[in-house]
Amino acid sequence: MATVADELAKKQKEISISEFFLKNRHLLGFDNPTRALMMVVKEAVDNSLDACTEMKVLPEIKIELKQVNENRFIVIVEDNGPGIVKQQIPNIFGKLLYGSKFHSMRQSRGQQGIGISAAVLYSQLTTGKSTKIYSKVGPKKVAHYFELQIDTKKNDPNVLKDNEVDWDKDHGTKIEIEIEGRYLKGKQSVDEYVKETAIVNPHATFIYTDPEKQRLVYERVTEELPIETKEIKPHPYGIELGHLIKMLQDTRANTLSGFLQSDFSRIGPQTAKEICDNAKLKTEDKPKKLEPKEIEALFKSLQETKIMAPPGDCLSPIKAELLDKGLKKEINADFYATSTRSPAVYRGMPFQIEVGIAFGGELEKESQIRLMRFANRVPLLYQQGACAITQAVTETNWKPYGLQQSGNNLPTGPAIILVHIASVWVPFTNEAKEAIAHYEDIIKEIKLALQECGRKLSIYIHKHIRAAEQREKIGLFEKYIPELANSLSNLTNNKKEVIQEKLQRILKKELPSLEAGNIGGDENEPPQNTKETGDKKIKHEKKEKQTTLEVKRTGK
Amino acid sequence: MKKKKSKQPSKLKELGNNILEQINKGKNPGIDIPIRALSNVEFDEKTKTVRLGNKKSSRYFFHVAHAKKFLQTLDVAAISDNLIKEEKHASLRDVFYMAKRTILGTNVDVVEDQTESDSVIEDLELITDQSREQMHINANKNGSVAGKVIIEDKGDVINWSKLGSGGWSIPSNVEDIKFKKIAAKYILYMEKAAVWENLHEHKFWDKNNCIIVSSQGQTTRGIRRLLQRLSKEYKLPIYVMCDFDAYGFYIYSVIKFGSINLAAMSDKMAIPNVKYLGITIEDIEKYGLHKHLIKLKDHDLSRLKQIKEYSWFKDNKSWQKQFEAMRKLGSKAEIQALSSRGISFMAEKYLPEKIKNKEFLD
Repeated sequence: MATVADELAKKQKEISISEFFLKNRHLLGFDNPTRALMMVVKEAVDNSLDACTEMKVLPEIKIELKQVNENRFIVIVEDNGPGIVKQQIPNIFGKLLYGSKFHSMRQSRGQQGIGISAAVLYSQLTTGKSTKIYSKVGPKKVAHYFELQIDTKKNDPNVLKDNEVDWDKDHGTKIEIEIEGRYLKGKQSVDEYVKETAIVNPHATFIYTDPEKQRLVYERVTEELPIETKEIKPHPYGIELGHLIKMLQDTRANTLSGFLQSDFSRIGPQTAKEICDNAKLKTEDKPKKLEPKEIEALFKSLQETKIMAPPGDCLSPIKAELLDKGLKKEINADFYATSTRSPAVYRGMPFQIEVGIAFGGELEKESQIRLMRFANRVPLLYQQGACAITQAVTETNWKPYGLQQSGNNLPTGPAIILVHIASVWVPFTNEAKEAIAHYEDIIKEIKLALQECGRKLSIYIHKHIRAAEQREKIGLFEKYIPELANSLSNLTNNKKEVIQEKLQRILKKELPSLEAGNIGGDENEPPQNTKETGDKKIKHEKKEKQTTLEVKRTGK
Repeated sequence: MKKKKSKQPSKLKELGNNILEQINKGKNPGIDIPIRALSNVEFDEKTKTVRLGNKKSSRYFFHVAHAKKFLQTLDVAAISDNLIKEEKHASLRDVFYMAKRTILGTNVDVVEDQTESDSVIEDLELITDQSREQMHINANKNGSVAGKVIIEDKGDVINWSKLGSGGWSIPSNVEDIKFKKIAAKYILYMEKAAVWENLHEHKFWDKNNCIIVSSQGQTTRGIRRLLQRLSKEYKLPIYVMCDFDAYGFYIYSVIKFGSINLAAMSDKMAIPNVKYLGITIEDIEKYGLHKHLIKLKDHDLSRLKQIKEYSWFKDNKSWQKQFEAMRKLGSKAEIQALSSRGISFMAEKYLPEKIKNKEFLD
């Protein structure tokens, strides 16, 4: 007689990854039609930008949204990247979790290789249509055209068409995906995604045609390609015990010292010996033959031994100067400040924070500031409240920097605050990759970068406001002159017009020193003892106090 | 200096001509004004009064922080000059309204509230070395007096003992009053009008052969001049009764030593031989006023601290004792706290006893 376990065993079977994501599409960010449209564009553009970086070509990316009917769109994304070799096309687009990036410790936009194939899956799920792909790898090569779907049971591509075609382009990839979606304007729209992507990729040109057939061109403002990143080995501080066990099994090294030096970053013979000593192990022990207790000791020693921070050359920051250009070309403001921090480490992973602030100009004065979040140059448009970046911004005290802020909310004022995190492994809270996890080291770095920009902003705001007040007061002299002339004329029986004219002449003479903010008379005179000057003094003192506070905070 | 009217107009005109001269030379016109603040006040040990120091500040027209004040100064000077020319008088409030208007093409008023014009008038007194009364500007009358005194004011003969429940209102200018008959041994001055009314009702001045004077809050110049004249011309001792708090102490201080703001006029205002009658910490102890105290607020404490440091109080042990006692007590007491012992207590017991026993602070 079959036991219950036997009965259950009949039902227990492997579920394919495709099937899993079919049922859990919200995990990938395809949970509603508006967001799905943005996600598809995003996955395709991310791939295009990464491919161009790989080829060291200045990206020119065409994005087009064609509306088929009320809730159906064709998304077309075309790049001038290296193209994809024929054999790989079906795998890249028709197989989930297939890619070159998952195993590498290197900064790139996509990480897990779920992205674009998830879009293909979503397309087939909502419209039943195949995805169309054009690819050409060189000027003298022939272009390939594919139509494919995903076999969800096997997680394998199902190729429906495979033709050679003419394509008058030297090299590149073009993808056409038909999906169910909704097109909206606003903070979480495709429009916004393209604009923000253009800000943080100042080396790329985007040509975007929206469903209303309006064509927007975001021109590149620099020919400078992003710094090429190097692949790095894991840093001991970031490793987990299970990962260490696996590394010990997989290593090609014969000694423990060799393993530590070849499979980790920042470990030389000296440090390797120190780690072994601390774990009471021998440098010539065989990695594959360590006892569980010894592995644990090794793991502990790895965390406790002083090891240099991971190298920063695996990171590719936008760079403050280019971020500044990016902001200036897309945001019409009066003042810009940007800063790039030095690389730092969370859980052994190197990361780097960049912040940009745009202030004034056409930005809205009365509402909360606009927060733009980016991870490895990809805009994060959703889940703002759940993101570590948001926490860092709200926990920063913006009042000393000249922005209004009530409690722990986003500050208000005509400003955009942009935060970019670059890392070999960005810790997202989930697979939709829209919010950064709350690592203390990351939040601290973001705050420091915000403070750097904040200080620049505060200098500008205070100077600007003071200058505006000064201008206003200088303007008043013109109006005061007739009044004074009148009083003096009454007192002295001289002609008002004559006095007025003379005063006007003196004003002209005094104007430069008034504008420079000097006192209008003898500078050696003691300051006027009026309430006005008294108030100003107090304001100055307050300002100084705030600065010292800031210095202390940064000093931590 | 106050008697020659013919000389007055020239001082304001002098100021106007001086400024005009600077303008004619193409200079940024400025006025030097003695500073009216604690930093420029000295205590003169000889006369026992507060004196103005020599520090001056310059007020320029073409200066973003001074311009408006400069304009106000000349505006009020012109107003005063006109009053003198037309032989009219105006109150401080009148002057405020005469100066108040919106400057053409701006949303700025020449003066926004009366404290601004009042302050400029005080500046002009120092600049031209004459009192505001000489500039034909009067303060509101404030304060009442009653007693067995007969005076003559502008041809009217007035008997201070026959003016019903209100008493005689003390005008802002008492220079021209003639005292015809005085039957009083001392003057009792109190900070509160309500206390004065209480004593007046009891005919305290009649029973005790004295003059009772009150103001409402700060002692006006008219009252101070009146007290000084009575003190100087008739050698009447003056006893001051104030709340047991920092502000009450300062009222006494102003009457006795002169005020910081009007330090330049101390010789015409200060009365160095006035005595402080109460309320004192000893009164609180002796008459059991502990249940009728009011807790000190932060501003009371900071004012107390300032007063404690005034050079004319600094070395006065009996006053430092009062300050310290108040700080320890953490509370203040109003004169009216005495009413807790019965409405007639002050008139019939407290005051006669204190005056008889000469329980004064100096």
